[in-house]
Amino acid sequence: MTTVLAVCEQRDGALRKVSSEVVTGARRIADALGGGAEVEALVLGSGPASGADQLGTFGADRVVTLTAAGFGTYAPEGYARAVVDRAKAGAVVVVCAASAQGKDLAPRIAAKLATGLAADVTDVVVEGGALMAIRPVYAGKALLKVKLTGKPAVLSLRPNVFTPVPRPKAGAAQTVAVTIPAGRVTVKGIKAAEAGALDVAEAPIVISGGRGLKEPANFKILEDLAHAFGGRAAVGASRAVVDAGWRPHADQVGQTGKTVSPTLYIAIGISGAIQHLAGMRTSKVIVAINKDKDAPIFKVADYGVVGDLFEIVPALISEIGKLRG
Amino acid sequence: MKIAVCIKRVADSETRVKTAGDGKSLDDAGVKFILNPYDEFAVEEALQRKEKAGAGEVVVLALGGAAAQETIRTALAMGADRGILLQTDTVPADGFVTAQAIAAELKGGGWDLVLFGKMAIDDYNSQVGPMVAELLDLPCVTAVAHLTIEGGTVTAEREIEGAVEVVQCSLPAVITADKGINEPRYPALKGIMAAKKKPLEVKPVSLSGGAIEVLAMLPPPARKEGKIVGEGAAAIPALVKLLREEAKVL
Repeated sequence: MTTVLAVCEQRDGALRKVSSEVVTGARRIADALGGGAEVEALVLGSGPASGADQLGTFGADRVVTLTAAGFGTYAPEGYARAVVDRAKAGAVVVVCAASAQGKDLAPRIAAKLATGLAADVTDVVVEGGALMAIRPVYAGKALLKVKLTGKPAVLSLRPNVFTPVPRPKAGAAQTVAVTIPAGRVTVKGIKAAEAGALDVAEAPIVISGGRGLKEPANFKILEDLAHAFGGRAAVGASRAVVDAGWRPHADQVGQTGKTVSPTLYIAIGISGAIQHLAGMRTSKVIVAINKDKDAPIFKVADYGVVGDLFEIVPALISEIGKLRG
Repeated sequence: MKIAVCIKRVADSETRVKTAGDGKSLDDAGVKFILNPYDEFAVEEALQRKEKAGAGEVVVLALGGAAAQETIRTALAMGADRGILLQTDTVPADGFVTAQAIAAELKGGGWDLVLFGKMAIDDYNSQVGPMVAELLDLPCVTAVAHLTIEGGTVTAEREIEGAVEVVQCSLPAVITADKGINEPRYPALKGIMAAKKKPLEVKPVSLSGGAIEVLAMLPPPARKEGKIVGEGAAAIPALVKLLREEAKVL
């Protein structure tokens, strides 16, 4: 049976949202390959992960949880070994997420399988039986169309792009205990950022600030705006303000930071340097707020508001607040 | 400490990307090429580790065309001891092909530490470092924003979504550097002069075909022309209405 492996992610025993995206992508590939190709969702952990039973909804024919004592937190070497053992049982495609974990794991899987990896893929198609992927390069200033000729083919999907689509399948779940050591690289702990903080790469709404904020303390109003969206928004930053030490590097959007594709991107006090535009131009809707009506950011924005951000942002917070009642 | 740093020559981040006549690569006319910014962090980390150890060697390794010698000289000017260019006609699209060539060169070299940038800002592959680690059977931590090494134990912090993962392994190891790990030095004039005399070995390599074939390099889809909703706070009700009713994102 032709199998497409969807490598899912859990943290603290709960499946991460990106897992349903990976299963959705894998389903799309399996259907395009035809021949009754099946999607096997693979979850790794020290025990069953909550949410794994939902993966059938997004098109997994079966959900296999591989458990080992050292698999509770991410175990790079052990996870790679476990996925590769499973892939060798007949997978034609291995799909990972291009998340923090997937970016670490997918290259290890590809190397163990002695094959190539198409990383950070935003679209997949099958033409003449061959699997093709679209992947942004130069931070999205161009797209590469690549053909994957590896057996199996390995790819990682950019988070937030493959919107989970319900495609109910049986999703029969099984748990398989494996005896694979965690490996030489061990996660000693996870330092949580502030409670509930969303990462800019995964948040459905990103509100980014630039030099127009004038000083670090003024990012408070962006945080207030993020708060107004009720926990769905993350605060990002331009390179200029990260380099100035106003905001952590983890928040930087752009070619030397993160490339983001949220549903809504709000650029505030950001002029729109080419390397910043590269990092956010795949956002579904872009709003720009800037005092300079000629700022390049307005060229990519769907909606622009010209003026003083210190007057406009509070008005926006209050209007969003009204919506949410 | 014997440290290898694998670096890449890339188009500057301010580059306006145009597709070349072949339809599948960058038109490099007028493009400024630089040492990949994440590799700068790797070079700096190597130099600091050697300085801390008080002895050792920092070797920079690049794979690419003859022009990559210039990139290696930049790293030598920062303070690396010698360079190796694995000279090829092109840099492969398949990172595993690159990894195989680099691993073959590094194999048996007695390295304590092999450093990479976490990714190149041109191809966004984010994969050669961990692939080399697999090929050399070394432990590897990727995207490291904070690194301590004590008594042969590596403790590294890497950003994950909304948190920081603290990871340990022992030397020898492969580490890929993220922004935040250090502040790269600028090459001083003295360093630039010294770099001209440092050894740079050029080794032609032939590469295997690989499993990723580039068919086309395309411009990103153009964004639909936007509109200025208005000026100042007075435009906000209209903006929110558009976001709700037209864009349907609220």
